[in-house]
Amino acid sequence: MMKKNSVSEESLIKPKTLEEVRAMIRSHKRNDFIFSSIGLLTITFALLTLLILFVDLVMDGYPKLNYQFFADFPSRRAANAGILSAWVGSSLVMLVTFITAVPMGVAAGVYLEEYAPKNWFTDIVEINVTNLAGVPSIIYGLLALGLFVYTFHLGQTIVTAGLTLGLLMLPIVIVSTREAIRSIPVAIREAAYAVGATKWQVVLHHVIQYSFGGILTGIIIGMARALGETAPIITVGALTFIAFLPPAPLTSVAPFISFEWLQSGFTVLPIQMFSWLSRPEHAFHINAAAAGAVIIMLTLVMNGTAIWLRYRIRKNIKW
Amino acid sequence: MTTTQLKDPPISKRLAKNIKRNFLERVIEIILMFAALAATFITLGIVYILVTEASGFFKEVSINEFLTSRQWSPLFEDAHYGILPLISGTLTTSFIALTIAIPIGTVAAIYLSEFASHKTRETVKPILELLVGVPTVVFGYFALLFVTPLLQKLNPDLPTFNMLGAGIVMGVMIIPYIASVAEDAMRAVPMNMREGSYAMGATKFQTAIRVVTPAATSGIIAAYILGISRAVGETMVVAIAAGQQPTFTFNPLEGAATITAYIVQVAMGDLPHGSLGYQSIFAAGMVLFVITFVFNILGHMARKRFAERY
Repeated sequence: MMKKNSVSEESLIKPKTLEEVRAMIRSHKRNDFIFSSIGLLTITFALLTLLILFVDLVMDGYPKLNYQFFADFPSRRAANAGILSAWVGSSLVMLVTFITAVPMGVAAGVYLEEYAPKNWFTDIVEINVTNLAGVPSIIYGLLALGLFVYTFHLGQTIVTAGLTLGLLMLPIVIVSTREAIRSIPVAIREAAYAVGATKWQVVLHHVIQYSFGGILTGIIIGMARALGETAPIITVGALTFIAFLPPAPLTSVAPFISFEWLQSGFTVLPIQMFSWLSRPEHAFHINAAAAGAVIIMLTLVMNGTAIWLRYRIRKNIKW
Repeated sequence: MTTTQLKDPPISKRLAKNIKRNFLERVIEIILMFAALAATFITLGIVYILVTEASGFFKEVSINEFLTSRQWSPLFEDAHYGILPLISGTLTTSFIALTIAIPIGTVAAIYLSEFASHKTRETVKPILELLVGVPTVVFGYFALLFVTPLLQKLNPDLPTFNMLGAGIVMGVMIIPYIASVAEDAMRAVPMNMREGSYAMGATKFQTAIRVVTPAATSGIIAAYILGISRAVGETMVVAIAAGQQPTFTFNPLEGAATITAYIVQVAMGDLPHGSLGYQSIFAAGMVLFVITFVFNILGHMARKRFAERY
């Protein structure tokens, strides 16, 4: 090491011949080329691995992916089994999640960005939100098990699962709301204040309107994550074999809306996939692959929409 | 016309005295504040539930046994309550995952940030972000039904449930996350630092390694720490593919339960509320929460330090 250093110092002091300089430039250019090839190879390798895995999954599940698969209840015979109760369950759980997390998350984000004074209390809330985003999802499952199932006696129902995933999604919505709001210039707010708007009017008529795209991105990403979450739903105790549908939310008798479905037992797509995956028979693994393909499609479409939306917003910002 | 204007107080004063307007403002602020407080309540709720349920567990089991015994069998007749086997499983799978994800993720980040053309970056970055969102249960499928059979062709003695396959898939799963966060950190290094380096005659590679990477260190470390936290807390891949048997081993060719896999296993059975087995998942969960909490705070601090510098 020492020797190498002294050599390079000498070479700095000594004037080099043209040949030496050319050799040096060549070797540096070679290093550049080598690294950029390694980098390109690495990325290609990683993306290709993931692509092979996805293609393998979709090919395994392809024979099952027909209308019948979506219209059948799970069954003890793999050939008859479908994901009807799973996708209905997922949709209803997502509905509860959306209603829980979105208003609260946006409100919290607005408060932290527009109202909160800069003090130790706000700091604590901030660190909290960051930490919550990194808490393993299964811990939320334990929270839900102890709190919703056994303290509030909500049981192992759709409302419990929806609330659990709502809590999980909350930090994602808060963080994206804050980021979206932060990118709005102060001048916009000052202009609104100057014509006599109150703080809430500024927030409602300007801040939320202009950051709506960013907030929507966060909501979609959060919903996609909640849709694919398995672990917290397992701890809450989703049943894996559900051969019935929850009561319909709309009824033919007045008042036409029923909330009975909230109290219903349920299963969701990832749980259905997991339970098929834990069976030893190969036929059920094919069902698992088909369910996996459905889950991947849904989350890819949702995340894709969110990313496209964000890209468009970045491009269209005029200030 | 002019006289009435002089008589009336200015609009701003009238608005300031509008009681209804001011009252509404206060109410809205308080509602919003409660929403922000909810985030704090979630953390408090997690700590409260974990501590109360785990305290029941620690009434029966000494902390000494919990931390030193090398056997974990709370559901058997001959019950032992040593967390070490679950920790060894968690560490082994996480270690395999990170030895894959950190080097590949770093190289990918350096390439994307410093070498790739604008077009390549704009194509690859969204794909990475897309991949971060793929549900983990799907990766469990890959580990059990794609990677493990592949490994078994190389080593026929490999059991169906093993930590190697689960670790590898978990590593592949974390690559996009580490690459994406580390790339963000490197892109945040100001352009004039690179330009200064180029002006001195440095090549792209020299600039990337000696200027950009050192400048982005804390941001890159934050990416690693968040990656570690993800690996430790990852549940479905290990629950599906790494095995359910708590074994004190660091051998990746064996199957062993992790903390998260144990919680899933117990939660799937129907344990009565308040039993020792039920409480044991909260004790295990508390250990997991503490570990990830420490990593999350460290990652947050590293990120904040980085953000303050530029």
